[in-house]
Amino acid sequence: MTGAAGIGPAGGHFTVPVLQLGDVLLVTLQGELHDGMAEQLQQDITDRISHTRVTGVVIDISGVEIVDSFLGRVLAEIAAGAGLLAARTVLAGMRPAVAITLVELGLTLPGLRTALDVERAMELLGAASRPGEGSP
Amino acid sequence: MRAARHAAPATLPIGSDADLAWVRQQVRQAAAELGFGLVQQTKLVTAASELARNTLVHGGGGQVRITPLDTGQSQGLRLDFVDSGPGIRDLEQAMTDGYTSGGGLGLGLSGAKRLVHEFEVDSRPGEGTTVTVTAWATPVSPSRPGPP
Ligand SMILES: Nc1ncnc2c1ncn2[C@@H]1O[C@H](COP(=O)(O)OP(=O)(O)OP(=O)(O)O)[C@@H](O)[C@H]1O
Ligand SMILES: [Mg+2]
Repeated sequence: MTGAAGIGPAGGHFTVPVLQLGDVLLVTLQGELHDGMAEQLQQDITDRISHTRVTGVVIDISGVEIVDSFLGRVLAEIAAGAGLLAARTVLAGMRPAVAITLVELGLTLPGLRTALDVERAMELLGAASRPGEGSP
Repeated sequence: MRAARHAAPATLPIGSDADLAWVRQQVRQAAAELGFGLVQQTKLVTAASELARNTLVHGGGGQVRITPLDTGQSQGLRLDFVDSGPGIRDLEQAMTDGYTSGGGLGLGLSGAKRLVHEFEVDSRPGEGTTVTVTAWATPVSPSRPGPP
Protein backbone atom coordinates (compact mmCIF):
# COMPACT_ATOMS: atom_id res chain seq x y z
CA MET A 1 0.00 0.00 0.00
CA THR A 2 2.81 2.36 0.84
CA GLY A 3 5.51 1.31 -1.56
CA ALA A 4 6.63 2.59 -4.91
CA ALA A 5 7.49 -0.72 -6.47
CA GLY A 6 9.89 -1.31 -9.30
CA ILE A 7 11.18 -4.29 -11.16
CA GLY A 8 14.91 -4.46 -11.70
CA PRO A 9 16.40 -5.26 -15.08
CA ALA A 10 17.72 -8.55 -13.75
CA GLY A 11 14.23 -9.53 -12.71
CA GLY A 12 14.71 -8.67 -9.04
CA HIS A 13 12.02 -6.72 -7.23
CA PHE A 14 12.86 -3.65 -5.26
CA THR A 15 10.58 -1.59 -3.14
CA VAL A 16 11.19 1.93 -2.03
CA PRO A 17 9.00 2.56 1.01
CA VAL A 18 6.95 5.74 0.68
CA LEU A 19 4.99 6.68 3.81
CA GLN A 20 2.59 9.53 4.21
CA LEU A 21 2.90 11.23 7.60
CA GLY A 22 0.36 14.02 7.74
CA ASP A 23 1.43 16.62 5.20
CA VAL A 24 4.72 14.93 4.46
CA LEU A 25 5.80 12.05 2.24
CA LEU A 26 8.67 10.08 3.74
CA VAL A 27 10.71 8.22 1.13
CA THR A 28 13.38 5.81 2.34
CA LEU A 29 16.14 4.91 -0.09
CA GLN A 30 18.32 1.96 0.75
CA GLY A 31 21.29 0.14 -0.69
CA GLU A 32 21.66 -0.26 -4.42
CA LEU A 33 19.28 1.72 -6.54
CA HIS A 34 19.37 0.85 -10.22
CA ASP A 35 19.16 3.72 -12.67
CA GLY A 36 15.79 2.65 -14.05
CA MET A 37 14.46 2.32 -10.53
CA ALA A 38 15.55 5.84 -9.60
CA GLU A 39 13.71 7.25 -12.61
CA GLN A 40 10.59 5.25 -11.75
CA LEU A 41 10.74 6.61 -8.21
CA GLN A 42 10.84 10.16 -9.53
CA GLN A 43 7.60 9.56 -11.39
CA ASP A 44 5.95 7.77 -8.45
CA ILE A 45 6.76 10.57 -6.01
CA THR A 46 5.46 13.22 -8.36
CA ASP A 47 2.22 11.25 -8.80
CA ARG A 48 1.85 10.83 -5.06
CA ILE A 49 2.31 14.53 -4.40
CA SER A 50 -0.33 15.50 -6.92
CA HIS A 51 -2.83 12.96 -5.53
CA THR A 52 -2.26 13.49 -1.83
CA ARG A 53 -1.64 17.25 -1.72
CA VAL A 54 1.28 16.81 0.68
CA THR A 55 3.33 19.95 1.22
CA GLY A 56 6.63 18.31 1.99
CA VAL A 57 8.83 15.40 0.93
CA VAL A 58 11.59 13.93 3.08
CA ILE A 59 14.01 11.63 1.29
CA ASP A 60 15.94 9.54 3.80
CA ILE A 61 19.29 8.57 2.25
CA SER A 62 20.96 7.35 5.45
CA GLY A 63 20.98 3.85 3.94
CA VAL A 64 22.57 4.96 0.66
CA GLU A 65 26.26 4.13 0.28
CA ILE A 66 27.03 6.25 -2.77
CA VAL A 67 25.43 9.14 -4.62
CA ASP A 68 26.84 9.59 -8.11
CA SER A 69 25.94 12.20 -10.70
CA PHE A 70 23.01 10.12 -11.93
CA LEU A 71 21.34 9.68 -8.54
CA GLY A 72 22.22 13.28 -7.67
CA ARG A 73 20.45 14.47 -10.76
CA VAL A 74 17.39 12.32 -9.98
CA LEU A 75 17.22 13.73 -6.44
CA ALA A 76 17.52 17.29 -7.75
CA GLU A 77 14.78 16.61 -10.30
CA ILE A 78 12.49 15.11 -7.66
CA ALA A 79 12.93 18.28 -5.62
CA ALA A 80 12.33 20.49 -8.64
CA GLY A 81 9.20 18.54 -9.60
CA ALA A 82 7.91 18.65 -6.03
CA GLY A 83 8.56 22.38 -5.96
CA LEU A 84 6.37 22.89 -9.01
CA LEU A 85 3.62 21.05 -7.13
CA ALA A 86 4.13 23.36 -4.14
CA ALA A 87 5.90 20.78 -1.98
CA ARG A 88 9.30 21.25 -0.36
CA THR A 89 11.92 18.53 -0.39
CA VAL A 90 14.49 17.82 2.30
CA LEU A 91 17.28 15.28 1.89
CA ALA A 92 17.88 13.61 5.24
CA GLY A 93 20.73 11.60 6.72
CA MET A 94 23.46 11.83 4.10
CA ARG A 95 26.46 9.81 5.25
CA PRO A 96 29.63 11.84 5.87
CA ALA A 97 31.63 9.78 3.34
CA VAL A 98 28.96 10.49 0.72
CA ALA A 99 29.04 14.22 1.48
CA ILE A 100 32.83 14.37 1.18
CA THR A 101 32.70 12.47 -2.11
CA LEU A 102 29.96 14.67 -3.57
CA VAL A 103 31.98 17.82 -2.93
CA GLU A 104 34.99 16.36 -4.73
CA LEU A 105 32.83 15.09 -7.55
CA GLY A 106 31.62 18.67 -7.95
CA LEU A 107 27.98 17.85 -7.24
CA THR A 108 26.79 20.30 -4.61
CA LEU A 109 23.06 19.83 -5.19
CA PRO A 110 22.08 23.49 -5.12
CA GLY A 111 18.47 24.05 -4.19
CA LEU A 112 18.24 20.82 -2.23
CA ARG A 113 17.63 21.37 1.46
CA THR A 114 19.37 18.89 3.74
CA ALA A 115 18.98 17.78 7.35
CA LEU A 116 21.06 15.53 9.55
CA ASP A 117 18.24 13.07 10.12
CA VAL A 118 14.56 12.47 9.40
CA GLU A 119 13.41 14.06 12.64
CA ARG A 120 15.19 17.31 11.88
CA ALA A 121 13.95 17.20 8.31
CA MET A 122 10.38 16.99 9.60
CA GLU A 123 11.03 19.91 11.93
CA LEU A 124 12.46 21.91 9.08
CA LEU A 125 9.34 21.31 7.00
CA GLY A 126 7.02 22.07 9.90
CA ALA A 127 8.84 25.23 10.77
CA ALA A 128 9.11 26.42 7.22
CA SER A 129 5.64 25.57 6.01
CA ARG A 130 4.20 29.06 6.31
CA PRO A 131 2.47 30.04 3.10
CA GLY A 132 4.09 32.64 0.94
CA GLU A 133 7.63 31.92 2.03
CA GLY A 134 9.94 31.82 -0.96
CA SER A 135 13.12 29.87 -1.59
CA PRO A 136 16.20 31.00 0.32
CA MET B 1 49.29 -8.69 10.02
CA ARG B 2 49.63 -9.28 6.30
CA ALA B 3 46.68 -10.10 4.08
CA ALA B 4 46.92 -13.81 3.50
CA ARG B 5 45.76 -13.75 -0.07
CA HIS B 6 45.03 -11.24 -2.75
CA ALA B 7 42.04 -11.26 -4.97
CA ALA B 8 42.98 -12.07 -8.55
CA PRO B 9 42.16 -9.60 -11.32
CA ALA B 10 38.55 -9.87 -12.41
CA THR B 11 36.74 -8.75 -15.55
CA LEU B 12 33.08 -7.80 -15.34
CA PRO B 13 30.70 -7.00 -18.19
CA ILE B 14 29.02 -3.58 -18.43
CA GLY B 15 25.85 -3.98 -20.44
CA SER B 16 22.94 -2.99 -18.22
CA ASP B 17 21.78 -1.08 -15.13
CA ALA B 18 22.14 -4.30 -13.16
CA ASP B 19 25.76 -4.62 -14.31
CA LEU B 20 26.46 -1.11 -13.00
CA ALA B 21 25.17 -2.13 -9.58
CA TRP B 22 27.27 -5.27 -9.66
CA VAL B 23 30.41 -3.32 -10.63
CA ARG B 24 29.85 -0.94 -7.71
CA GLN B 25 29.49 -3.86 -5.31
CA GLN B 26 32.57 -5.66 -6.59
CA VAL B 27 34.73 -2.53 -6.54
CA ARG B 28 33.65 -1.81 -2.98
CA GLN B 29 34.41 -5.34 -1.87
CA ALA B 30 37.83 -5.34 -3.53
CA ALA B 31 38.69 -1.94 -2.01
CA ALA B 32 37.55 -3.04 1.44
CA GLU B 33 39.65 -6.20 1.20
CA LEU B 34 42.71 -4.10 0.33
CA GLY B 35 42.25 -1.98 3.44
CA PHE B 36 40.76 1.18 1.90
CA GLY B 37 39.08 3.39 4.49
CA LEU B 38 35.39 4.16 4.23
CA VAL B 39 35.82 7.57 2.58
CA GLN B 40 38.38 6.20 0.12
CA GLN B 41 36.06 3.29 -0.71
CA THR B 42 33.18 5.67 -1.26
CA LYS B 43 35.26 7.87 -3.56
CA LEU B 44 36.50 4.94 -5.64
CA VAL B 45 33.06 3.32 -5.92
CA THR B 46 31.57 6.66 -6.97
CA ALA B 47 34.27 7.15 -9.62
CA ALA B 48 33.68 3.57 -10.82
CA SER B 49 29.95 4.21 -11.05
CA GLU B 50 30.52 7.30 -13.21
CA LEU B 51 32.97 5.58 -15.53
CA ALA B 52 30.95 2.38 -15.84
CA ARG B 53 27.88 4.42 -16.74
CA ASN B 54 29.88 6.26 -19.40
CA THR B 55 31.00 2.89 -20.78
CA LEU B 56 27.37 1.82 -20.92
CA VAL B 57 25.70 5.02 -22.10
CA HIS B 58 28.33 6.63 -24.33
CA GLY B 59 30.43 3.60 -25.26
CA GLY B 60 27.52 1.27 -25.96
CA GLY B 61 28.66 -1.19 -23.31
CA GLY B 62 31.94 -2.89 -22.58
CA GLN B 63 33.74 -4.22 -19.56
CA VAL B 64 35.81 -3.33 -16.54
CA ARG B 65 38.94 -5.07 -15.37
CA ILE B 66 39.58 -4.87 -11.64
CA THR B 67 43.23 -5.36 -10.69
CA PRO B 68 44.56 -5.37 -7.13
CA LEU B 69 48.04 -3.81 -6.87
CA ASP B 70 50.70 -4.36 -4.26
CA THR B 71 53.96 -2.39 -4.31
CA GLY B 72 55.11 -3.96 -1.07
CA GLN B 73 54.54 -0.60 0.61
CA SER B 74 51.00 0.07 -0.36
CA GLN B 75 47.93 -1.59 -1.72
CA GLY B 76 45.95 -0.22 -4.59
CA LEU B 77 43.25 -0.98 -7.05
CA ARG B 78 43.38 -0.34 -10.77
CA LEU B 79 40.21 -0.23 -12.84
CA ASP B 80 40.23 -0.33 -16.65
CA PHE B 81 36.93 0.59 -18.29
CA VAL B 82 36.98 -0.56 -21.89
CA ASP B 83 34.49 -0.07 -24.71
CA SER B 84 34.62 -0.17 -28.49
CA GLY B 85 32.16 2.65 -28.98
CA PRO B 86 32.47 5.92 -30.90
CA GLY B 87 35.42 7.25 -28.88
CA ILE B 88 35.84 10.79 -27.62
CA ARG B 89 36.73 13.27 -30.34
CA ASP B 90 37.61 16.23 -28.14
CA LEU B 91 39.03 14.91 -24.89
CA GLU B 92 39.77 18.33 -23.45
CA GLN B 93 36.16 19.34 -23.93
CA ALA B 94 34.89 16.04 -22.49
CA MET B 95 37.06 16.55 -19.39
CA THR B 96 35.59 19.99 -18.73
CA ASP B 97 33.26 20.28 -15.73
CA GLY B 98 29.74 20.62 -17.01
CA TYR B 99 30.34 19.47 -20.59
CA THR B 100 27.88 16.82 -21.70
CA SER B 101 26.93 15.61 -25.16
CA GLY B 102 23.68 14.28 -23.72
CA GLY B 103 21.37 15.14 -20.86
CA GLY B 104 23.91 14.56 -18.10
CA LEU B 105 25.52 16.99 -15.70
CA GLY B 106 28.89 16.61 -17.40
CA LEU B 107 30.56 15.76 -14.11
CA GLY B 108 31.35 12.09 -14.68
CA LEU B 109 34.80 12.26 -16.25
CA SER B 110 36.10 15.38 -14.55
CA GLY B 111 34.62 14.39 -11.20
CA ALA B 112 35.94 10.82 -11.37
CA LYS B 113 39.42 12.21 -12.01
CA ARG B 114 39.26 14.18 -8.76
CA LEU B 115 38.20 11.07 -6.82
CA VAL B 116 41.21 8.89 -7.66
CA HIS B 117 44.99 9.16 -7.53
CA GLU B 118 45.78 8.32 -11.15
CA PHE B 119 43.58 8.86 -14.18
CA GLU B 120 44.20 8.17 -17.85
CA VAL B 121 42.03 8.19 -20.96
CA ASP B 122 42.94 6.43 -24.17
CA SER B 123 40.33 7.11 -26.81
CA ARG B 124 40.38 6.67 -30.57
CA PRO B 125 37.49 8.05 -32.58
CA GLY B 126 35.65 5.18 -34.22
CA GLU B 127 37.53 2.56 -32.22
CA GLY B 128 36.63 3.00 -28.59
CA THR B 129 37.64 4.33 -25.23
CA THR B 130 39.64 2.99 -22.31
CA VAL B 131 39.65 4.88 -19.03
CA THR B 132 42.14 3.66 -16.43
CA VAL B 133 42.04 4.82 -12.84
CA THR B 134 44.12 3.82 -9.82
CA ALA B 135 43.59 4.50 -6.15
CA TRP B 136 45.89 3.61 -3.26
CA ALA B 137 44.89 2.63 0.22
CA THR B 138 47.93 4.41 1.61
CA PRO B 139 49.26 6.91 -0.91
CA VAL B 140 52.94 6.39 -1.79
CA SER B 141 54.74 9.65 -1.07
CA PRO B 142 56.59 10.12 -4.43
CA SER B 143 53.53 9.55 -6.62
CA ARG B 144 51.10 11.34 -4.35
CA PRO B 145 48.93 13.65 -6.37
CA GLY B 146 49.96 17.23 -5.77
CA PRO B 147 47.79 20.23 -6.36
CA PRO B 148 46.85 20.56 -10.05
N1 LIG C 1 33.23 5.88 -22.95
C1 LIG C 1 32.90 6.95 -23.69
N2 LIG C 1 32.73 6.85 -25.03
C2 LIG C 1 32.40 7.93 -25.77
N3 LIG C 1 32.21 9.17 -25.27
C3 LIG C 1 32.35 9.35 -23.95
C4 LIG C 1 32.71 8.26 -23.09
N4 LIG C 1 32.81 8.74 -21.82
C5 LIG C 1 32.51 10.05 -21.90
N5 LIG C 1 32.24 10.43 -23.17
C6 LIG C 1 31.91 11.79 -23.64
O1 LIG C 1 32.36 12.72 -22.67
C7 LIG C 1 31.28 13.55 -22.24
C8 LIG C 1 31.49 13.92 -20.79
O2 LIG C 1 31.34 12.75 -19.98
P1 LIG C 1 30.85 12.95 -18.48
O3 LIG C 1 30.75 11.62 -17.84
O4 LIG C 1 31.75 13.96 -17.85
O5 LIG C 1 29.42 13.61 -18.65
P2 LIG C 1 28.03 12.92 -19.03
O6 LIG C 1 28.17 11.44 -19.03
O7 LIG C 1 27.54 13.54 -20.29
O8 LIG C 1 27.09 13.38 -17.83
P3 LIG C 1 27.11 12.83 -16.31
O9 LIG C 1 28.17 11.80 -16.22
O10 LIG C 1 27.39 14.02 -15.45
O11 LIG C 1 25.74 12.29 -16.10
C9 LIG C 1 30.03 12.75 -22.51
O12 LIG C 1 28.90 13.57 -22.66
C10 LIG C 1 30.42 12.01 -23.79
O13 LIG C 1 30.22 12.84 -24.92
MG1 LIG D 1 28.98 10.41 -17.42
